[in-house]
Amino acid sequence: MSVLACRGLTVNIGGRDVVRNMDFTLSAGERLAILGRNGAGKTTLLHTLAGVRAPAAGVISICGTALAEQSAPQLARQRGLLLQQQNDAFPASVLETALVGRHPWLDRWSWESAADARLARQALAAVNLDGLEQRDVHTLSGGERQRLAIATLLTQAPQLALLDEPLAHLDLNHQVAVLNLLSRQAREAGLAVVMALHDINLALRHADRALLLFGDGGIEEGPVAEVMRSDTLSRLYGHPLREIADGEQRYFVPG
Amino acid sequence: MPTRRRALLVVAVLFLLALVSLGAALLVGSYAVAPSEIWAALNGGGDGMASGVILGLRLPRALAAFACGGLLALAGALMQVLLRNPLADPYVLGVSGGAAVGALFAMLFGLPLLLLHSGAFAGAMGAMLLVFGLARGDGSWTQTRLLLTGVIIAAGCGAVVALILSIAPEQTLRGMLFWLMGDLSHAATPWPALIVLGACLLATLPLARDLNMMARGDLIARSLGVSVARLRWLVYVLASLCTAMAVTTTGSVGFVGLVVPHLVRLAVGNDQRILLPAATLAGGALLVVADTLARTVIAPQQLPVGVLTALLGVPLFLYLLSRQPKGAQGGPA
Repeated sequence: MSVLACRGLTVNIGGRDVVRNMDFTLSAGERLAILGRNGAGKTTLLHTLAGVRAPAAGVISICGTALAEQSAPQLARQRGLLLQQQNDAFPASVLETALVGRHPWLDRWSWESAADARLARQALAAVNLDGLEQRDVHTLSGGERQRLAIATLLTQAPQLALLDEPLAHLDLNHQVAVLNLLSRQAREAGLAVVMALHDINLALRHADRALLLFGDGGIEEGPVAEVMRSDTLSRLYGHPLREIADGEQRYFVPG
Repeated sequence: MPTRRRALLVVAVLFLLALVSLGAALLVGSYAVAPSEIWAALNGGGDGMASGVILGLRLPRALAAFACGGLLALAGALMQVLLRNPLADPYVLGVSGGAAVGALFAMLFGLPLLLLHSGAFAGAMGAMLLVFGLARGDGSWTQTRLLLTGVIIAAGCGAVVALILSIAPEQTLRGMLFWLMGDLSHAATPWPALIVLGACLLATLPLARDLNMMARGDLIARSLGVSVARLRWLVYVLASLCTAMAVTTTGSVGFVGLVVPHLVRLAVGNDQRILLPAATLAGGALLVVADTLARTVIAPQQLPVGVLTALLGVPLFLYLLSRQPKGAQGGPA
């Protein structure tokens, strides 16, 4: 069964189409990279897929049920959304912040249990934040805060992860670590991943499929090997790109 | 990690503190009473004079102080979550300004106490509906729009208040100033305020974890399954109702609504499940202590209680702030 399905999806912002009449399905364990220039609508599309923004037309289904037919808490147990920016108005500990992900799983009067805390600690360890549980979020660096947001999403334990620039603020080693973590979750737990990425070469290695947003409603979607070519990518970014092969692995460098 | 046990412990400690403050308020005053007389009076016995002072004067006033302190602290905590701003207070959206206009008009025309209270409440509700209607204008209802609308309405009310003060005759001016600073000698009966306090606190408790999510941002809350639009509306109405009830009973007592939630947050964290009941109890206790001091320090003359809340709260707040480890304070680092 598909984890995410769109039928006739049209999304627009400011009078401009991001995608037009798009049909598309994503199965468990698949990883999709969304690529496009600044302002092409990557964030808008992710928010629409997450159900926090209404599409102009079309139907989005998550785990087989249309968004309109799901209650908000039910939806929150199935899909997680990583926002592009983390913004903390109030002080909170790292552990408390990770535990936020348990909210949709708890009854109105329930408090987080030891099992919930265990999940949160596992998620923190997975992003290398173990030992920082009691730190205030305001004392974290940008990269640490970003990894905490990813840990919160893992604590939420969704079947579909919608990630808006998951690699923002991260060092090279953490970028690869986060992508490896997501790939492992996809392989072992069947997590379906949709991520807006800026790094073409990381997308090439860590995604199964790519969705190119040309910014005028035009898209190209398919397996990375098919859609990520020097001609499509050059057109996508409006800058010539050259393809370099190193054995099996392909790389794109700005021309 | 927040647990139910910790919440109960915090609430129990603050409940005891509130009881102690109420006990002190009954004990202290120009007419000396012994603790045994308080006990006797509360149990329906004791001699006439002492129980008259305790039951007729001090108890209603102490309960009114407790209710208003609790209402203001609860409203402040809710406003801070609603606006996602630790510097918000119950008055920021103009509710107290509206109440002040209503109350001062009543005083200007020498209307009786009941009409003064009705005027204050009508003014508060009027300001609330005005802000609500204007902020919703285009349906977006963003925090910035709400805050701007509220601040502008508050400024408008401030101008009307200044106008009334400048045309008011000498003999009513002092009463008006006391009302504006917050004064419990007008408090007729504590029961309406106590009932509203209990009802509003009970109404917020089932929403407390949703409020935790809302404090982290609208989009995060929505992505975690919280119906933010409905919740925001509800929180706005509850906070405004609390504020309206408090200013109707005592005038605009400052500082409690801003500082008590902040203070409690420094001590117990920002989990609304603990913060809301804890701030309510702490705000009540603070206002009882402040009012007891206000009517005793330079007795027989009385001070406006709002002056005392600031004098008590400022050093306490600065002490707690300085005790925090560096970098762990509120606000962006």
